[in-house]
Amino acid sequence: MTSPIDGDLYQRVQDLYQNYGHAIDVDDLEAWPEFFTADARYCVIPRENHDRGLPAALIDCRGRPMLLDRVVALRTANIYNIHFDRHLVSPAVITGRDGDVLESRVNFTVMQTDQSGVTRLFAAGVSYDRIRVEEQRLRFLDRRLVLDTYGVPELLATPL
Amino acid sequence: MQDSDYIFREHDLDRFRWPDADYAHTPYRVFKDSAIYEREMEKVFRGPTWGYLALEAELPEAGSFKSVMLGNTPVVVSREEDGSFSAFVNRCAHRGATVVREEFGKADTHACIYHQWCYSSAGDLVGVPYRRGVSGKGGYPKDFKPAQHGLRKLHVESYKGLIFGSLQNEPGTLMAYLGPHIKEHLDRILVKPLKVLGYHRQRISANWKLYFENIKDPYHAGLLHMFAATFGTYRSTQEGYTLVSDGGGHSIVYSVMGTDDHDSVSEHYKDVKDKYQTDFQLNDGTLLQWTPDFDDGIGNLIISVFPNLVVQQILNTLATRQVRPLGPDGMELVWTFFGFEDDDDTLTDDRLRQLNLVGPAGYISMEDGEAIRLVQQAIQGETDATSFIQMGGLGPIVDADHVVTEVCTRGFWKQYAQTMEFAPREEGAPVPEKAHD
Ligand code: FES
Ligand SMILES: [Fe+2]
Repeated sequence: MTSPIDGDLYQRVQDLYQNYGHAIDVDDLEAWPEFFTADARYCVIPRENHDRGLPAALIDCRGRPMLLDRVVALRTANIYNIHFDRHLVSPAVITGRDGDVLESRVNFTVMQTDQSGVTRLFAAGVSYDRIRVEEQRLRFLDRRLVLDTYGVPELLATPL
Repeated sequence: MQDSDYIFREHDLDRFRWPDADYAHTPYRVFKDSAIYEREMEKVFRGPTWGYLALEAELPEAGSFKSVMLGNTPVVVSREEDGSFSAFVNRCAHRGATVVREEFGKADTHACIYHQWCYSSAGDLVGVPYRRGVSGKGGYPKDFKPAQHGLRKLHVESYKGLIFGSLQNEPGTLMAYLGPHIKEHLDRILVKPLKVLGYHRQRISANWKLYFENIKDPYHAGLLHMFAATFGTYRSTQEGYTLVSDGGGHSIVYSVMGTDDHDSVSEHYKDVKDKYQTDFQLNDGTLLQWTPDFDDGIGNLIISVFPNLVVQQILNTLATRQVRPLGPDGMELVWTFFGFEDDDDTLTDDRLRQLNLVGPAGYISMEDGEAIRLVQQAIQGETDATSFIQMGGLGPIVDADHVVTEVCTRGFWKQYAQTMEFAPREEGAPVPEKAHD
């Protein structure tokens, strides 16, 4: 199968994923909504719901304002476990293209480390994404992160 | 030192007694002692209680089943041909293997993989390979009666679509167990056939009882969950009520939206200003768009039923939460979200959008996992100390017309201690003999 995109564009897709994970890992949460288009959907759904066609999600942000609200809430209102994250994201598989919108899939794991320096696997799963190719940068139009680790360890505060 | 000062430090659990009859102090060791944990599994979860198993709506057809845990007992609950529900302990009557391996499914019979003993959905033994041997050799003795080798069955009763089970030999009725308060509030919410929207699961590094302390405690809710306070889904200054069952173990806490004003909020939240943001506006207000299901203004209602059920209505979100202990130091919390079968797409969408507020990632509930984990972490080495539970005062464990109280928490400990036979001794009663002196 030939890839629907050329090598340069594929590299931009890879950069998008790596930069996205890095922004969260370095606690630059304010940059997180900027990885999405204004009308984007960001959804983290337990695999048991996804597989059974049940709609309930853990996080379901519809549009960039809701993504911003998640950041503001985490910064100002919510209290959660003190930790840092490490995203490990597989190479992207481009599964389709419709004009300037790419369909892409990645596997992800997120390791979480506490203040004693103890790291544990926090999340593993697959994300089904749509990416809009813009002149300046690529942005997610849709991220649907299907969580294998749906027995959430403690709580899920910072985005995956 | 009086008897009552040391008896909660007693290692012989038959002599262990609660430090005071107001249940205003909880010995921390009950959150970490493995002998106490084993006793809970026996006396609470296999004792004189009704445990929540599933929603009827999760078992839509004859043969539909679900695997759950009642304490540390694996249980399968099923819908029968006649529409009734049955439940059995998921442990083969032959040599103990797990019979049903799936979390959910549909089957007429269940065959154990190990030696193919086959059971009906109700748990009766209906097939045994090689029962009469192979080519005249082997086989079970002539007096082997399959009817005597079924799976252990639970008593099962439902109310308003919630299925409960009991492992006790002769439990009283479910209705007598729940009592009038719980009935009234389940009647309020569960008015129509339900539709399951999905699950959240959370594994918290805390003893299961810390979760009940948390859920029964409206005192923390207005202080810990600042998102809720900021947006008025829950504030201690709102009109609210705290109801306790006669035995103490079940409770209801609810509050009515829009019943406080700016001045009282500013006055009572001035001490917690660093987290309470009066000027915080949502960029997208649809998150809190609420089309009330009921016309009583209740925006936040938590029903808890001893020993493993919470039912919530927070705005349009409806859920059961099943508490599954995982040893003294951990628990799994399984949230089952639902709406009503006749919900239109808009209402379903409101319920789904508001899930951002609740569950392990929710704006107004993520803190609970952290708060109780912090307790578990801090009590690890403690054998002597107790907590202090006196908000709302001491005295009778009865209903209150406010939410600045820990009375439901005291109620929980009362029912717990009585079920565990840990209730304080009557004044002047003899201290039980030590097992071996
Ligand atoms: S253990 Fe189940 S058939 Fe032998
Ligand atoms: Fe809480």
